[in-house]
Amino acid sequence: MLGSSIIVFREVLEAALIVTIVLAATRGVRLRGFWVGGGLVAGILGAVLVAFSTDAISSMMEGLGQEIFNAAVLVAAVLMLAWHNIWMSAHGRELATRMKSIGLGVGAGELPMFALTSAVTLAVLREGSEVVLFLNGMAMSGESTAALIGGAALGVAGGGAVGVAMYFGLLRVPLRYFFQVTGWMILLLAAGLGASAAGFLEQAGVLPALDPMLWDSSWLLSERSLAGQLAHTLVGYQARPSGIAVFAWILTFGTILVLMKTISTGKANRAARPVDDTPVTENS
Amino acid sequence: MRHSSLLLAGALAILAIPAAADTPQFDLTIKDHRFEPETLVVPAGTKIKLSISNLDPTPEEFESHELNREKIVPGGKMAIVFIGPLEAGEYRYYGEFNQDTAQGRIVAE
Repeated sequence: MLGSSIIVFREVLEAALIVTIVLAATRGVRLRGFWVGGGLVAGILGAVLVAFSTDAISSMMEGLGQEIFNAAVLVAAVLMLAWHNIWMSAHGRELATRMKSIGLGVGAGELPMFALTSAVTLAVLREGSEVVLFLNGMAMSGESTAALIGGAALGVAGGGAVGVAMYFGLLRVPLRYFFQVTGWMILLLAAGLGASAAGFLEQAGVLPALDPMLWDSSWLLSERSLAGQLAHTLVGYQARPSGIAVFAWILTFGTILVLMKTISTGKANRAARPVDDTPVTENS
Repeated sequence: MRHSSLLLAGALAILAIPAAADTPQFDLTIKDHRFEPETLVVPAGTKIKLSISNLDPTPEEFESHELNREKIVPGGKMAIVFIGPLEAGEYRYYGEFNQDTAQGRIVAE
């Protein structure tokens, strides 16, 4: 039972951290619990669907279906998170002012809830499908149902606990910096997902490795440890990254950051520039 | 100058074709939640095609931090994983779903 709980814990942890970041980033948004909850349910249903389609997915694309599917899910999540951050850069200032004046309780339509909810669904779908496959396989091997359910419950509880702890830790950040912090966390999360997507494409032979192992920092921080797993999900840490994974991390991080800065600077410039009201006539 | 751009396009096209034909293939089998052979010796410095056949009815996840690979092999099915080029050394892998028994290593030399 302990063995299965550890496996479930690891997969649930990754999804739980993403849920925590999304919940923190949407703090103050009305009904965001329903949005995120809905995203979770959709993710779980999707996970079951993906798990039972594993055979079909694996045989697609000359046996590379799994890698392509995983990469596609990861890239979609990156796009959702990127869109959220870029949108916040464009509208964040207005929102902050409005939130301060009317008190917390901004309507859900104001934020790209759909984008973040999708990111949650994609994360749960990806990690959850492995959990479903594993538990199903164990059940087929004759493991006692009670032990499996107990192990799974333990794993979910453990992963959830870490997520909750991180959420309340984040709440301690002063409101002034809070959304900046969540913005950075989403940026780092997206960069990590981008690196993982590149890893799957490299595994499929679609992208070149550039270097199969750019560095080995497993002596410093192993991905098998809890700290290593947290680092992996939160900032995309890999103990033995390939060159293409590092490249993808930098590219994802840099692209989103540049877009965020460009858009917010653009808006600030337009606000600062005085509007020329002089009427234009035929003779001038 | 038109000839050189054609040549460049041709060279790029050739580079884009994966060299799967020349990649040496090695086979791993999963049976009773164990990998066979548990120690696999492969040549270093070249891309390798690993063919993993799962003879068990339940799925297994072939995973290796050292090789940076993870792939689910459904029960009764076969999966291909490309690894390398590897530097000489030992690389451990495991079956995530059955870690007490599914352990192995690839030795590149």
